[in-house]
Amino acid sequence: MSQKMTGAQAVLESLKREEVDVVFGLPGGVLLPLYDAIYQSDIRHILVRHEQGAAHMADGYARATGKVGVCIATSGPGATNLVTGIANAYMDSVPMVAITGQVNTWLIGKDAFQEADITGITLPITKHNYLLRSAKDITRVFREAFFIARTGRPGPVLIDLPRDVTVDEVEFSWPEVELPGYRPSFKAHEMQIKKAAKALMEAERPVIYVGGGVKYARAERELIELAVKINAPVTTTLMGVGCFPEDHNLSLGMLGMHGTKYANYAIQESDLILAIGARFDDRVTGKIASFAPRAKIVHIDVDPAEVSKNVRVDIPVVGDAKNALQGLLKEVKPKGRSDWNEKTEGWKKDYPLRYIPDMNIIKPQYVIEKLCEIAPDAIITTEVGQNQMWAAQFFVHKDPQKFISSGGLGTMGYGFPAAIGAKIGRPECDVIDVAGDGSFLMNSQELATAVVNEIPVKVAVLNNGCLGMVRQWQELFFDKRYSATILGRTSPDFVKLAEAYGAVGLRATKPSEVESVIRAAMAVDRPVVMDFIVSPAEKVSPMVPAGATLSEILELEWCDADQYCHLEKIYAQGRKEILGQEGF
Amino acid sequence: MKHTIAVIVENKSGVLTRIAGLFSRRSFNIDSLSVGATDNPDYSRMTITVNGDRDILEQVIKQLSKLINVIRVSELDASESVERELAVIKVNADKESRSEIMQIVNIFRAKIIDVSHRSMIIEVTGDEEKIDAIVQLLRQFGIKELARTGKVSMVRGARVIKA
Repeated sequence: MSQKMTGAQAVLESLKREEVDVVFGLPGGVLLPLYDAIYQSDIRHILVRHEQGAAHMADGYARATGKVGVCIATSGPGATNLVTGIANAYMDSVPMVAITGQVNTWLIGKDAFQEADITGITLPITKHNYLLRSAKDITRVFREAFFIARTGRPGPVLIDLPRDVTVDEVEFSWPEVELPGYRPSFKAHEMQIKKAAKALMEAERPVIYVGGGVKYARAERELIELAVKINAPVTTTLMGVGCFPEDHNLSLGMLGMHGTKYANYAIQESDLILAIGARFDDRVTGKIASFAPRAKIVHIDVDPAEVSKNVRVDIPVVGDAKNALQGLLKEVKPKGRSDWNEKTEGWKKDYPLRYIPDMNIIKPQYVIEKLCEIAPDAIITTEVGQNQMWAAQFFVHKDPQKFISSGGLGTMGYGFPAAIGAKIGRPECDVIDVAGDGSFLMNSQELATAVVNEIPVKVAVLNNGCLGMVRQWQELFFDKRYSATILGRTSPDFVKLAEAYGAVGLRATKPSEVESVIRAAMAVDRPVVMDFIVSPAEKVSPMVPAGATLSEILELEWCDADQYCHLEKIYAQGRKEILGQEGF
Repeated sequence: MKHTIAVIVENKSGVLTRIAGLFSRRSFNIDSLSVGATDNPDYSRMTITVNGDRDILEQVIKQLSKLINVIRVSELDASESVERELAVIKVNADKESRSEIMQIVNIFRAKIIDVSHRSMIIEVTGDEEKIDAIVQLLRQFGIKELARTGKVSMVRGARVIKA
């Protein structure tokens, strides 16, 4: 039965049909009719304090729940403030629908007040976008947008909503999705599965290399089953962290620039790489010409354009990771333990992730270890830089929906709003944002959002008084010229900052205080900022210098004289490449 | 290496921008692009000439196929298809040169579509080489203005590229 309603009401009805229970947004002039409809509906609206926060919250919500996240911003500056958040979601294939207000249709193109061509601006950072010109298209476009956002390789879709379109009356209808140009792949080709299975059976030194695609396909169970069945070690990208339990004896942890030595050695020595839902990013492969020189490459990906984009693939399998893994499981026969297992496990023993503990000064890695000990099942979100790498390295991850980090775009300021979104999606979980003193300030205004809406997220600021990752590169590659990276103690007092917003602030300055601060933070049901005053000199280790081969991975604190000379040589090369085109 | 691809797209505003934007941000080089209606008013057809090796062509086709408004992408093998381009050329032509130009026009089976005291406009269709050749010959008289459509292409025989 059809029903007359305003465009704004049709938007709300569409959201309801798409089972959206929460939206993150901030109103504005052209959004008055939409917000009036929100006021009269039962949808939960989380008012943010900056639109970038809304986009990251929708993103964190989506990653923690697997559902489509929704954010709303007004025309012009509201919409452009979403841009970083949309780009972030695009790079990490996060299902999201962004709704922006737009000036009245008759004013579009006239440089009206608060007008920005947001569909033009977001063209390269959305999976698709729409500028609505008529209220009668609302329901069709919303239905398509959610369908596009969540299917195939997920991604953000933006809908630009002119003011008059939300005011006009329309008969409500809910048309089926008809998109002749959109046919996301799902079922993997049987012949390719057979070829992949044969290659896996023949391989003597296989490595399974897993990215975010396994998480989005919810294929963790199949992955574990396959790895165990054929006794193949598994390494994950940053986006894949948690897809394979890191306490499993077949786990090699993360690979790449700041991955484990043993994962990188295994990749370089392997004779077969089974890549699943991963895209051979430059942070993963190191020098591409010498990446896994002896390996045949099997690549399972839902996006055909990823096949042979960065490395030449021998056996492509285009399809959903879960579907392809189920197919592979039927084809492969069990394989016992081999010399290869002995070898990789030997590397694991010989080259563990480690740091030099200290009795007097807090080591950031120690904070992460303690977080893991006290809250092993918490959702961890991260900012970007050293804090992110330590959170990936020293927390034992077992669930991909519980490690939420900005991988592709590397957005500082992501982790805190993402934590708020994750907590709203999974209120039963503890949520901790591992932050730095640099990145936390980029969206710390969302403390107001957390306090007002009573969202008890915890922030662990690893306060080292610098923009640590860039400082680390300056130390290694720019002769310790610390250009614009030393914050010293010029950052605000984070305890007082938290208190100013009505949140709880706690501080630890000595290693002996770390545990009690974390326990106190986890015990209160309010937003908490923990300020850990950590060693400023600490570097993320191990490290593959930019442009080096993965096996040239070095532990920065444990170099002997020989290694040091080698390091210098690689650094000289790295420096050249940085000053040229590649690298940082 | 030049490749020709036919792209069937939805006839909606902004589609050309999406395609042009894709080419520029992925650093693919377009040599020529032409677009126009098909027999179905819902769809347009683009003919795009791309410069690059096999890997680049493969990426171009895959990335284009990912666009929601793109219905179909096909590579057109030059040896199995007919290709045409149209050019209009305004060339200096006075009493002395006019007849010589007309001879060239006849040889190329081109047409004169405008004549004045000092110039004329020539219309010519053909494949890229033919147009390059007539342009080269007319250059001696002084070309005042030149406009080319970019090529359109179609597979010979029964094979059909449609939505």
